[in-house]
Amino acid sequence: MTTLALAARDSATMLRRQLRHTTRDLSTTLLLLAVPIVFLLLFVYVLGGTLGDGLGGGSGGRAAYVNYVVPGILLITIAGAVQGTSISVALDMTGGIMARFRTMAIARVSVLTGHVLASVLQTLCQLVVVLGVALLVGFRPDATALRWLAVAGLLTATTFALVWLAVAMGLAAKTVETASNLPTLLTLLPLFGSGFVPTDSMPVGLRWFAEYQPFTPIMETLRGLLLGSPIGADGGVALGWCAVIALAGYGWAKRLYNRDRTR
Amino acid sequence: MTNPPNRTAIAVTGLRRSYGRQVVLDGIDLHVPEGTVFSLLGPNGAGKTTMVQILSTLIRADAGTVRVCGHDVVSDADRVRAAIGVTGQFSAVDDFLTGQENLQLMADLHHLDRAEGRRRTADLLDRFGLAEAARRPAVAYSGGMRRRLDLAMGLIGDPRVIFLDEPTTGLDPRSRRDMWQIVRDLVGRGVTIFLTTQYLEEADQLADRIALLDRGRVVAEGTPAELKRRVPGGHVQLRFADGRALAAAAAVLDVAPDPGGESLALRVPGDGGVRSLRALLDRLDAASVEVDGLTVHTPDLDDVFFAVTGQPTPGTTPEAVTAR
Repeated sequence: MTTLALAARDSATMLRRQLRHTTRDLSTTLLLLAVPIVFLLLFVYVLGGTLGDGLGGGSGGRAAYVNYVVPGILLITIAGAVQGTSISVALDMTGGIMARFRTMAIARVSVLTGHVLASVLQTLCQLVVVLGVALLVGFRPDATALRWLAVAGLLTATTFALVWLAVAMGLAAKTVETASNLPTLLTLLPLFGSGFVPTDSMPVGLRWFAEYQPFTPIMETLRGLLLGSPIGADGGVALGWCAVIALAGYGWAKRLYNRDRTR
Repeated sequence: MTNPPNRTAIAVTGLRRSYGRQVVLDGIDLHVPEGTVFSLLGPNGAGKTTMVQILSTLIRADAGTVRVCGHDVVSDADRVRAAIGVTGQFSAVDDFLTGQENLQLMADLHHLDRAEGRRRTADLLDRFGLAEAARRPAVAYSGGMRRRLDLAMGLIGDPRVIFLDEPTTGLDPRSRRDMWQIVRDLVGRGVTIFLTTQYLEEADQLADRIALLDRGRVVAEGTPAELKRRVPGGHVQLRFADGRALAAAAAVLDVAPDPGGESLALRVPGDGGVRSLRALLDRLDAASVEVDGLTVHTPDLDDVFFAVTGQPTPGTTPEAVTAR
């Protein structure tokens, strides 16, 4: 067997293992799904009426806000889901099974790619469910098939990037608790960006951060694709950020995985 | 592969490893012939786990060479990995999967075909008394069952060398004996076993050769019998009802009582054999000295450890300490 075929086979084995975890640990899976849906309902029904009026332009109100907030909710979905990745990697690390895999003649990368592939698949499923709920509560996108495809592509790229980052966080964490806390920061990022209110309304320092942080161009691009608003340079910047985060996450994860471990 | 008999399974030369400024392994040389049980014995923190981690390709040494089944652990790590099975101190099983799925996972990672994977899984579940629990998730297993599953997972690939890092630590006495039986069965199949333990009895029970590890150095090595021979012979401990009987016996046998003398006991050097024991009692009888009780003490590994390092091992009985 060639090295590549071996890596593919072992990755498939690891993927099966991870997918089994999803069904065995159903409470975690459902919890990760529940968080973005609760956020969605909270922002649409509790805050949406008032926030929608503040958006400016158009009809305002709850109907306008649903359309505005969905990209932010989608990113919260991804950020929450990769928290599960980080925990699951840390569990492997602290439980000793990672050490077992490392003493076996398998494609070394497969241990990580199994986690990555499974997490990407799970997250995409969650995104579909969250989008479904959004449509039920009044989300009305007007995207063409081609634009939907672009949305799917960008969401996959973002998920892929953040999953690699989460894998690294899981490897870096000494305990499962830390692994669970580290990615929480990612869940907050959409709030400190254009996810829930336009950045124009923020004070100067925060506004500067909100405009230049990676999640904002991703959310703006999604918004543009879904609602037909102008995208401009955001599309390229969004993909650039995805590439940077993915590479950094991959590099960090690889270094941590190959380091000599004392325990 | 055809190989000459009695070839070397594990060869270690000049092995060193430090963590920061703390030297964990300080120049280790070991040689383990194929098909034998080698035990690395030492207290906590002696460097046993680090040793296993290096031998099983998990971490690298700072200096020295290690060959397992003829392959270098650094330059030929994958060949080494293909030849070994590792069972760590902490059971490395997947809690979410059932026992059967855990084994099947290992079979898949060893690239066994479906039928062969199933056959070995079923066989191991059976051999390790896990058949009944095969479909329960591992998280519901008892400590002993987890350890057995852990070991079974290391055996799926038919390894020629098995590393057992403190395989019975934390197990109840019964599970410990089960584990010992499993190890003996493995040896019967011609596998080489590298066992670390802090239990002297365990090494004594299982190992062909023992190396005593203390603060990163091998301080003694040999068969259990050889190591015991390094200790001054055994003794008989006599207890007396009062100080008068003690003094009388000491005079008859020409043995000085313990300094301090608060215990009414006398240690008489001897091999503890029936003949010498009878002679001893006859002499006391002839002098009309009443003996309250006696214990025969044959040297064990506790004594060896103490004799070699000048320190008692963890779990050493106070009796063995005062024996020196």
